[in-house]
Amino acid sequence: MKKINLTNSYKAVVIGGSAGSFQGVVKILSQLPKGFPLPIIMALHRLKHVRNGFVEALSIKSVVQVTEPNDKETIKKGSVYLAPANYHMSVELGNNFALSTEEMVNNSRPAIDITLSTCAFLYKEKLLGILLSGANKDGALGMKHIHERGGTTIVQEPTECMIDTMPKAALAITKIDHVMKIDEIVEVLKELDKQYR
Amino acid sequence: MLDIDIADLKRISELIFQKYNYDFRNYAMSSFKRRVLRIMELKKLNVDALLKKLTENPQFINEFLDELTVNVTEMFRDPSFWRIMREEVIPAIMLNHKQFKIWHAGCSSGEEVLSMAIMLKEMGIHHDVTVIATDLDVNILDKAKSCSYPIKNMELNEKNYIRFQGTRSFKDYYREENGQAIFDKELLSNVSFRRHDLVTGDIFNKFDLVLCRNVMIYFNQALQNEVLKKFHESLFKYGYLAIGSKESLIWCDYANRFIVVNNEEKIYKKIKD
Repeated sequence: MKKINLTNSYKAVVIGGSAGSFQGVVKILSQLPKGFPLPIIMALHRLKHVRNGFVEALSIKSVVQVTEPNDKETIKKGSVYLAPANYHMSVELGNNFALSTEEMVNNSRPAIDITLSTCAFLYKEKLLGILLSGANKDGALGMKHIHERGGTTIVQEPTECMIDTMPKAALAITKIDHVMKIDEIVEVLKELDKQYR
Repeated sequence: MLDIDIADLKRISELIFQKYNYDFRNYAMSSFKRRVLRIMELKKLNVDALLKKLTENPQFINEFLDELTVNVTEMFRDPSFWRIMREEVIPAIMLNHKQFKIWHAGCSSGEEVLSMAIMLKEMGIHHDVTVIATDLDVNILDKAKSCSYPIKNMELNEKNYIRFQGTRSFKDYYREENGQAIFDKELLSNVSFRRHDLVTGDIFNKFDLVLCRNVMIYFNQALQNEVLKKFHESLFKYGYLAIGSKESLIWCDYANRFIVVNNEEKIYKKIKD
């Protein structure tokens, strides 16, 4: 495994993904250590008008039940959250989610940039940001914000991605700390978990 | 890249409150920040220039509000919600009153109002219903009254209508003119549009059904709590309140004066005064 310095000071993990990311997300969630100590906040592109089914599909193999938060719901450690269909999902200073129906960003609602950027603002250097396979540039700006606020950035190895536009867009506009395959990302999360034991 | 800190956002909301009596001080910070940044970008203003313009140019406030408030919506948003309205909520109201009143609170450009009108027409009860639609943004109310929308929005609206299982062809409801879909104004003959601010405004009427979907998500919890009290007071006993599908009332003081009628669609019923 590539060397990555981890401490127990992280407060959250945020994951963005689009086309071709589903398998990767399922793999990550299915191998998550039991009692993982941080919230995992996910913004994944999805059909705008299909409210049901996605969270259930992700939950089948996940160690932790995935939930779509309600507006203003408190962010809890060890929970896995998914941005609901047709809403942008932000995190707020009171440690809660805030949903919105604003204009689409990068043709997307939920937009990965919004979730990543608000996480960067809230968690600063205590954030691990992961961007997976996808077919547009959504998420790149969010990764830039995570980097600028001192967080750690990881993108999925472009050769492993079904569609590599998204990780490549992030690599093009900001410093990415680690380029990794899904298996390596899983190892990072296991290693991170050990820091809190 | 433009950025703005919380202290400056607070200066802006404080100024708008003191000078114009619009109260954004309890808006959810993440979206308020995005909206203000968006205005700064659109109008090419930095924070100081924006504050100066708000101070010195009272006409600017309407333009500012128009951009600040979120006016993105669609007709028959959440078709399953509209099916429940047609099949359960409206029939339940009609068991008690043949004629009744609906309030669309925060109606924006009027897509929801028009959807309701179409539904009531198809149910054959349009003339029995009095509708009041309010928003704090006067420009957007004009848009709502015009009954005319970009034709490019119709594809999505039509898809929603089909999922709602309306009784006609969606295209029957509008004609196309210069890239606009123009709906028959008769659909809104029972609607009165009014400027009203949920935050600073008073209770003005009593209703059998209040719709306020995806409006309170822009408020913080303290403000959601206050606004729910106003809705409670604006509803007849056993009246219905509909909020957005991912909103929740459970942390509000008045939550226990309502029961859940449909949890998936977030429809509540007032059971206690």
